[in-house]
Amino acid sequence: MNIILKIQRYNPDTDTEPYVQEYTVDVEPNERLLDALMKVKRFQDGSLGFRKSCAHGVCGSDAMRINGRDGLACKTLVKEVAEKEGDTVTVEPLRHLPVQRDLIVNQDEFFKKYRSVKPFLINDEKVDRQERLQSQKERLAFDDTTNCILCGACYSACPVLDSKPNFIGPAASAQAYRFIADSRDRAKEERLQIVHTSEGVWACDTHFKCTESCPRSILITKRITETKEMIKKLKKVKT
Amino acid sequence: MIHQFDTVIVGSGGAGLYAALEASKKSKTAVLSKLYPVRSHTGAAQGGISAALGNVEEDKAEWHAFDTVKGGDYLVDQQAAHILAEEAIQAVYDLENRGLPFNRTEDGRIDQRRFGGHTRNFGEGPVRRACYAADRTGHMILQTLYQQCIKNNVSFFDEYQVLDLIMKDNTCSGVVVVELATGELHIFAAKAVLFATGGFGRMFKITSNAYANTGDGPAVCVRRGIPLEDMEFFQFHPTGIMGLGILISEAVRGEGGILRNKNGERFMERYSPTLLDLAPRDIVSRSIMTEIRAGMGIRGDGKIDDYVYLDATHLGKETLMEKLPDITDFCKTYLGIDPADDPIPVLPTAHYAMGGIPTDVHGRVIKDADKTVVNGLYAAGECACVSVHGANRLGTNSLLDLVVFGRRAGQHIAEYIKGAEPAVVDESAADDARAWIGRITDGASGTHGGHISDEMQTTMMEKVGIYRNEKEMQTAVEEIQDLRRRYQGVRVQDTSKSFNTDLLEIIELGNLLDLSLVTAAAALKRQESRGAHSREDYKDRDDDNWLKHSLAYLKEDSVRLEYSSVDTSIWEPKPRTY
Repeated sequence: MNIILKIQRYNPDTDTEPYVQEYTVDVEPNERLLDALMKVKRFQDGSLGFRKSCAHGVCGSDAMRINGRDGLACKTLVKEVAEKEGDTVTVEPLRHLPVQRDLIVNQDEFFKKYRSVKPFLINDEKVDRQERLQSQKERLAFDDTTNCILCGACYSACPVLDSKPNFIGPAASAQAYRFIADSRDRAKEERLQIVHTSEGVWACDTHFKCTESCPRSILITKRITETKEMIKKLKKVKT
Repeated sequence: MIHQFDTVIVGSGGAGLYAALEASKKSKTAVLSKLYPVRSHTGAAQGGISAALGNVEEDKAEWHAFDTVKGGDYLVDQQAAHILAEEAIQAVYDLENRGLPFNRTEDGRIDQRRFGGHTRNFGEGPVRRACYAADRTGHMILQTLYQQCIKNNVSFFDEYQVLDLIMKDNTCSGVVVVELATGELHIFAAKAVLFATGGFGRMFKITSNAYANTGDGPAVCVRRGIPLEDMEFFQFHPTGIMGLGILISEAVRGEGGILRNKNGERFMERYSPTLLDLAPRDIVSRSIMTEIRAGMGIRGDGKIDDYVYLDATHLGKETLMEKLPDITDFCKTYLGIDPADDPIPVLPTAHYAMGGIPTDVHGRVIKDADKTVVNGLYAAGECACVSVHGANRLGTNSLLDLVVFGRRAGQHIAEYIKGAEPAVVDESAADDARAWIGRITDGASGTHGGHISDEMQTTMMEKVGIYRNEKEMQTAVEEIQDLRRRYQGVRVQDTSKSFNTDLLEIIELGNLLDLSLVTAAAALKRQESRGAHSREDYKDRDDDNWLKHSLAYLKEDSVRLEYSSVDTSIWEPKPRTY
């Protein structure tokens, strides 16, 4: 069936403002939205700019706003966003990050915030030719947060970032939790201190938009709330 | 612009990141990647990474090495396989110690599961050797290594596409790259360059590979006179989602999944009585195609796109959720089925290049049958050929290859650069790359690459696929040569400098065309069947004439082949049955 893609375009070399361009593409309902974008790029307009790589939802390259919802173009089937011949699908770049070209946004700020939570295991205890032990239950405590592919969908969906651009955002918060809750990590207190700020987890107003948008089904809002509880407990112990 | 480094690493998947961690300890290191680091295709590897930890049953590195050699149909260099299996154990502990969240046994150790071709006591039966983090083991390796790179302040240059290799008098002194954001050419001068650019499955129509898997490193090397080794061996994974090629991990069969034909028969009983569904991938893929050709596919029409079922319905929802959650998600998203309730329609999908840039066990690139080392040039991971995979790679050995040989290459570089002179390079080193980009962007009206890409993928899929013969491969060579001629007329539609992904795709297409030609030509020449190279006109393995590695040199429109010896110093080649 033919659908109409209304795609936000912007080329810094020639445009002062973004504008919308329409393309008509012949697609199958079970094809991915990414397939539709590729048809435009390969056979209609080579100048359309977007990122892509794995094409099945594990690399995080093609996060964008599709009909106003944040998600991956390769994990969105045409039939989910267009029911019948002639239907229109709007495609825009992620919010809260500067647009560089068409659907390509600058992710530097997103990754800077990710780095700020020290996203690496801290444990200097010596281990000699063996694994650190961890029970199945201990591993499950942070299992879903290890799913994160740093695609940025949650960062775009988060309404807090509309008014508080310095909020570290849902992804960085979830990655802080990933190490806070890992029984092998030895920097829990330091980690809780890092996110214990008005731009850290306390900026979250529990809108659940991140959780709804996450293509990896991470319970981000829940993890942020749990982090807040851990901070409260730590402060109580201290005073 | 010229940048001066000790070490430049091209590619930021598992091999590149591990090498970067080692090399950056002792040298000024830059990692260049055409993607953001965590986007690399290592992240799509699902099932596991093998190591003879023996956590759940008796296992030995020697058995692992033997399985690797036999799995590769004896085209594996045996001392290299020995290193792979021995160093696997510490490699897995290293990853765990650095935070990788492996699934655990009840006593808190790393859990292990079965995988194709991995056996106890030299083939007696399947062994639980694959260490895993659900079905996202590659994702967790990529994340863990990237986390360590952040911890160690490794320098990244994101979205830089490699165009050329700077070589003089058998010494490499850097690379030429284009920056996606600006369209500017950069020269990175370095004492050592490591290619870790991954695979090139995008030369085939149906593939599990990412769009980014276009073989940029091997293509750049072969155009600079470096041969490519064993390119005729390309692995088709037995279980890709029908039509899409998305990988359904071998771990599904490792956990007990069964392949069935239209009668519901477990047909692998007839092809591999001992290992059944866990036979190596080349054997399972051929078995599926044989069933389909005999009209035993689910539709039963015998056509190339018929399919079989992978049945996981008996595993139970709990096992699927705990051990195969991503697979479950893929089935729900792309097929609209729950694998707990319905069998998965699958078909072989182009998956992994056994061949690539020839290297020794330190990752040093070698350029001829005498094993002459190219100074300062290294390769690791899928783009390289050590060779530990021979004619057919075993599942889980790719992730292992990345960490073992990525690490070894990084360590060797750290030593090598101490005694190497700083690279002296001037702007003229970018002349060839500038001319290439100049032609694509000269403003002339030309064809767009889309149709050429489609035709290349169809030709390779139909004529250089699972079953091959002289006539079809000869036609394939001619068709690819013709496509390469047409490629000369391809021009960008996008004439801007900033984020010109149109230009990027044309560069990638050029790389794939070169590698397609080399692959088809090397396959045409090898008159035997071995591992993934299966010929209808030469059905048997022929050790007398063909127990040798191929080295393919590309010159303009023709491919010249030389051959080099295989290291069989540990095990005598034997017939391969499972």
